[in-house]
Amino acid sequence: MSALATLPRALAPFMAFAQALRAAGFAVAPEQASTLIAAVGLLGPTSLMDIRRAAHATLGPAPERRDEFDALFDEVFLGRTLTAEAFGEPEDMPAAYDAGELEMLLDANEEDPSGADASVAERLFDRRFEADENEALRAFARALPSALPRRRSRRMASGQGRLADPRRAFREMMRKDGEITHLPRRIRRPTQRRVLFLVDVSGSMKAGTDGALRLAHALVQAAERVEVFTLGTRLTRVTRALHHRNRDQALALASGLVADWDGGTRLGEALQVFLSVPRFASFARGALVVVLSDGLERGGPEALSAAMQRLNGLAWSVLWLTPLAADRSFRAETGALKAILPMIDRLGNGANPQAIAVEVLGFAKGQRAPSRVLA
Amino acid sequence: MAVRRSILGIDGPEPLARSLRDAQYIADEGLATAAYLALALGKPLLLEGAPGVGKTEAAKALASVLGRDLVRLQCYEGIDASAAMYEWNFPRQMLAIRQAGDAYVNLYADEYLVARPMLQVLQAPRDRILLIDEIDRSDHEFEAFLLEFLSDFTISIPERGTIRAPERPVVILTSNRTRELHEALRRRCVYHWIGYPDPALEAQIVMMRASIVAQDTAYRVVAAVGKMRAQPLAKPPGVAETVEWAEAATLLNEQGVPWPRAFARAIGVVLKDQDDLAFIAPRLDAILMGTAA
Repeated sequence: MSALATLPRALAPFMAFAQALRAAGFAVAPEQASTLIAAVGLLGPTSLMDIRRAAHATLGPAPERRDEFDALFDEVFLGRTLTAEAFGEPEDMPAAYDAGELEMLLDANEEDPSGADASVAERLFDRRFEADENEALRAFARALPSALPRRRSRRMASGQGRLADPRRAFREMMRKDGEITHLPRRIRRPTQRRVLFLVDVSGSMKAGTDGALRLAHALVQAAERVEVFTLGTRLTRVTRALHHRNRDQALALASGLVADWDGGTRLGEALQVFLSVPRFASFARGALVVVLSDGLERGGPEALSAAMQRLNGLAWSVLWLTPLAADRSFRAETGALKAILPMIDRLGNGANPQAIAVEVLGFAKGQRAPSRVLA
Repeated sequence: MAVRRSILGIDGPEPLARSLRDAQYIADEGLATAAYLALALGKPLLLEGAPGVGKTEAAKALASVLGRDLVRLQCYEGIDASAAMYEWNFPRQMLAIRQAGDAYVNLYADEYLVARPMLQVLQAPRDRILLIDEIDRSDHEFEAFLLEFLSDFTISIPERGTIRAPERPVVILTSNRTRELHEALRRRCVYHWIGYPDPALEAQIVMMRASIVAQDTAYRVVAAVGKMRAQPLAKPPGVAETVEWAEAATLLNEQGVPWPRAFARAIGVVLKDQDDLAFIAPRLDAILMGTAA
């Protein structure tokens, strides 16, 4: 490395590359840049491919951003300016979109990289959220941590259980000259179950999506392990955007990400896409799944029904909230809702944030009995 | 940064790839480069990829190339220091107190220390390599807790002080990427994403792993699996499944089942999900047909 350090001219492209990566939103620590230089020194390098491989190994770009990374590499080391090709999604399936680290950098007027196929029939446009403080949401956030379902984890904590706690027993002995007067006990600490919130943002849900995302923000802020996705003509993960503490900022970020506001409904297909990405499907495993949708599905209910069957198999419990249930005379009559009724644990009212909050809290507290009040 | 150009005579990605091949593992250039850099720079190697692409196998092969024992730490949600690093043998300590009476006894001597995988490797880095398997299954607390170990290769035991490795141990982490790992962890490692191998490479792997499989069969299986991976399956078959399918179909064929039927009957070793089976069943003929050439 010392030989290289005396050659600042040779090092310049590496520094420029690190800068370019940082500008594009890749997290490159200074230490990683020096590791790259050491790695290149180790490999010879005999060709540019060696440098590229060393860069892959030491900087570790996420696989879905590999093309972007390579384009930057070419730009810096070859002086070539190439735009990363947009990924073509299969035409008949809704696109899955997980912006990952990228989403924090998305500009409101920047074009969505997967928007190439948008022309088909999707009506894509942004919509501003109205900032509206809501006391009910604050109450919801306060009540949430104690209400959400828990399961026993593998971690131990002291408490009145059946298991002896040898560590504390030993300390006790040390303190009392080798005598032990009582046996300390421990329990398996309970931990909160994951919550998966799937929000339908299609045209028929238009009136409720803003409120639903405000509620989702409260949920993400108040509880651990929450994942939020929007479903419409495509699937978008908005969890990271909602991690922003400031609600206005979070909702602005989220609304910039979701490109299919008020479009058509392909709920079944969007859910199938969700389940076919193993990383997403594992979010549902053992989780409390809350689906907010009116279940007005274009086309037959088969796709939706098949997807719900799998979701139900993965999830701990499925709560389906529909705004239509605000009406007391509501009955599940559409084909899609009827088809999924056996695969959900409760069909509830999702008319506004307050109603959703009441349903989630009530359900989480243990009204898990199959009392399908509305069915 | 302690750079060692040559480790046990391995002085570049190509020699390492050749040694791995001798250990029955075919590594592409990207993996060989990443693994060599990890060894040379003394950094942990982080392997990510879909289940069944051979991440754990790579670690086993590397252990056999280096002639060291593989110590495997399987992660799970809630794994903690006492399962990963060390634990005091409390019952023995308590007995020692009772037996000692008024005499002095060192309760924190080695005999009361139970070494778990991380400490085991730290104690003998020349004889062991550490595999931290499926790190994505553990929780964020455990990931944070690994940071000290992965950057300095030290373990602090309050009663004993800091234990330091005489030399940097070889550490391999694998992840199925069911969740994103923290940047702090990623940047301490040399990273490689193992994708599905290209057909020619996969056929080589099949023939190496399953010696009874004929070359023609290997190519057909690889082509069929490639088509399956393009379908929207809940669990696309990994390399391990490809190898097993080729082996199973060959076995059936030896017992008199004719060729296309043998593949279809052994389908249970490739697809292990009822929905996937139901989805593929009507398309199976087309998938196998196209591979006849």
